[in-house]
Amino acid sequence: MPVMTYMEASRQALAEEMRRDPMVWAVGEDLGRGGVFGQYRGLIDEFGADRISDAPISESCILGAAVGAAMMGTRPVVEMRFSDFALCAVDELVNQAAKARYMFGGQTRVPLVVREPIGMWRSSAAQHSQSLEAWYAHIPGLVVAVPATPADNKALLKAAIRCDDPVVYMEHKGLWPLEGEVPAGDVVGEFGKARLVREGGDVTIVSWSAAVHTVAEAAVRLAEEGIDAEVIDLRTLWPWDQGAVLGSVGRTGRLLVVQEAVAVAGFGAEVAAFVAERLHKALKAPVKRLGAPRIPISYAPVLEDEVRVRTEAVVAAARGLVEY
Amino acid sequence: MPSGESSPATNLDVNRHLAQFRQMCRIREFEKAAIKAANERLVLGAIHPSIGQEAIAVGVCSNLRRDDIILSTHRGHGHTMAKGADALAMMRELFGRAGGYSQGKGGSMHIADFSVGMLGANGVVAANINIAAGAAHAIRLKGEDRVVVCFFGDGAINRGPFLEGLNWAGVFRLPILFVCEDNGFAATTRTHAMTAGDGPAARAEALGIKAEIVDGNDLFAVDAAARELIGIVRKGTPRFLLARTYRLTGHTSADTAPYRPQEEVAERWLNDPIDNCRGVLERAGVAAAELAAIARGAEDEMRQAYEMARDSAWPARELAYADVQDVGDPREVAF
Ligand SMILES: Cc1ncc(C[n+]2csc(CCOP(=O)(O)OP(=O)(O)O)c2C)c(N)n1
Repeated sequence: MPVMTYMEASRQALAEEMRRDPMVWAVGEDLGRGGVFGQYRGLIDEFGADRISDAPISESCILGAAVGAAMMGTRPVVEMRFSDFALCAVDELVNQAAKARYMFGGQTRVPLVVREPIGMWRSSAAQHSQSLEAWYAHIPGLVVAVPATPADNKALLKAAIRCDDPVVYMEHKGLWPLEGEVPAGDVVGEFGKARLVREGGDVTIVSWSAAVHTVAEAAVRLAEEGIDAEVIDLRTLWPWDQGAVLGSVGRTGRLLVVQEAVAVAGFGAEVAAFVAERLHKALKAPVKRLGAPRIPISYAPVLEDEVRVRTEAVVAAARGLVEY
Repeated sequence: MPSGESSPATNLDVNRHLAQFRQMCRIREFEKAAIKAANERLVLGAIHPSIGQEAIAVGVCSNLRRDDIILSTHRGHGHTMAKGADALAMMRELFGRAGGYSQGKGGSMHIADFSVGMLGANGVVAANINIAAGAAHAIRLKGEDRVVVCFFGDGAINRGPFLEGLNWAGVFRLPILFVCEDNGFAATTRTHAMTAGDGPAARAEALGIKAEIVDGNDLFAVDAAARELIGIVRKGTPRFLLARTYRLTGHTSADTAPYRPQEEVAERWLNDPIDNCRGVLERAGVAAAELAAIARGAEDEMRQAYEMARDSAWPARELAYADVQDVGDPREVAF
């Protein structure tokens, strides 16, 4: 299997989809020069400036125009460069894109993809490092994808582009250089299907996006202590793989949810409540969440690291559940 | 304010203008029936009548092809009907009944008829401007010769999408006509009190989009301006039309508009666009009886639409779960 970076994987996915379907086009600030992180590098040479389209700094219009263009039968891929800036287009995404199909009684579809890079990126501070995936999972009509590996970043972006409903596609900025095997050919991901990162019978740890890698590391340490953690990467938050999580917690009797985002009202709360409602009797310990404290992200590395969920915290929390 | 007298009353295409007169009467009667239903609590959500603004909707839309696109606002009944939507399906939507355009999921502020190129009313002021820019963008990408008309009120020019959408249309040279209906008010506030500078047309011009100003209560003036501008727009240049008018009713059917003097409103009723149009047609030799028959026909049609909507079934409960999105069962977590 070819090895490539997380960034290269999604660039390849977009290129392949644009070759496959002439109605697919990308729009956002600085795309002509390859995008802020290089996710679009070289694409303009093959597809031209109409399909790899430079937009003015008008987040609200980038997203609103994508809604109109999607209603007219094209399939826009919108680049928000940092998910933080997508907040300038909340109406367009939440009130327009997400609801048009429903409130117009099924007369239209809005097949657009909004790429919103999330997560901490060294010393980018409070307006360039947020993880707001829970906001979108809350909105009826939106699909929320949070790929953690290069393979998923290719397969899920393809699925997002082929989806007839709006997809919020959140790549993690810290993962751009991550290398991994990516199956060759036209592999299209499936929304709502989790990835079993590691099998184990003592405790289930559910995570997504970059936090999956922290959890995987923690699982190795836990194994050294004789604790077998089962690690699940959700891959998409709506829909999410409720069956995989229930099945696993049913076996282990213990659930830990780990997210980079602020813990309060995060998606981890949804997973925890869902499991607690259904598996109360099977639980050997109370469900547990780990996430960031409810403070904005700082600039200084030492302060930034304060909100980061570290491997040791995951190990300690999992151990605590097993010893409960 | 100039009335019909200043229109070019010579060489009238009487058949065309009779059709426009009929359309204006239909819109007026539709909204009168809707207001009655709202007063009777048969229509529950807010409705925003466009009484007094019919000449703009009809004057503009009668210059569009069926496959051209319009986007509308919270005050969108007139635009929607003028683009060719079915009055009964609209009425059923207001009543929240089966057979409504959105199957009762949208109501007045979310009526759309994609089959006639009406891409939706919108409950968020100015949001339609960006969507319209995108619809025009798609037309350009596909190399089609359709145009987009985006209607909005004078209040919308103070929201960001006005700047962003007009800039976008200029940058990408999109086939879009922006139509600003200046009815003097944004909800209960006189818009000029909340607008710095010289107003909508000056702002459009500042963004490089040529603006024309027209008397929105003069069907013939709107018709002529729209015909010319849509011709230009179809070649790929955005244009702006500012139509001056007056909101003859309250902001919603429930608003008695105590914030403005009765004398002002009474005086404005003397400049009713439908009366203006009737006057021009009479002077051009159309019999008053023929015009009265058209008006009566519109009234009958809308009374029937009201009765049929009132007697229509409610939508099936299961529809609440349909058309949310393809993946993920909306019932899963709630029950
Ligand atoms: C973003 C937003 N803010 C406020 C409102 C509430 N609102 C509905 S209509 C309206 C006035 C709009 O005025 P204008 O654009 O001039 O249109 P008109 O009602 O005069 O047709 C307001 C403030 C809204 N719907 N959307």
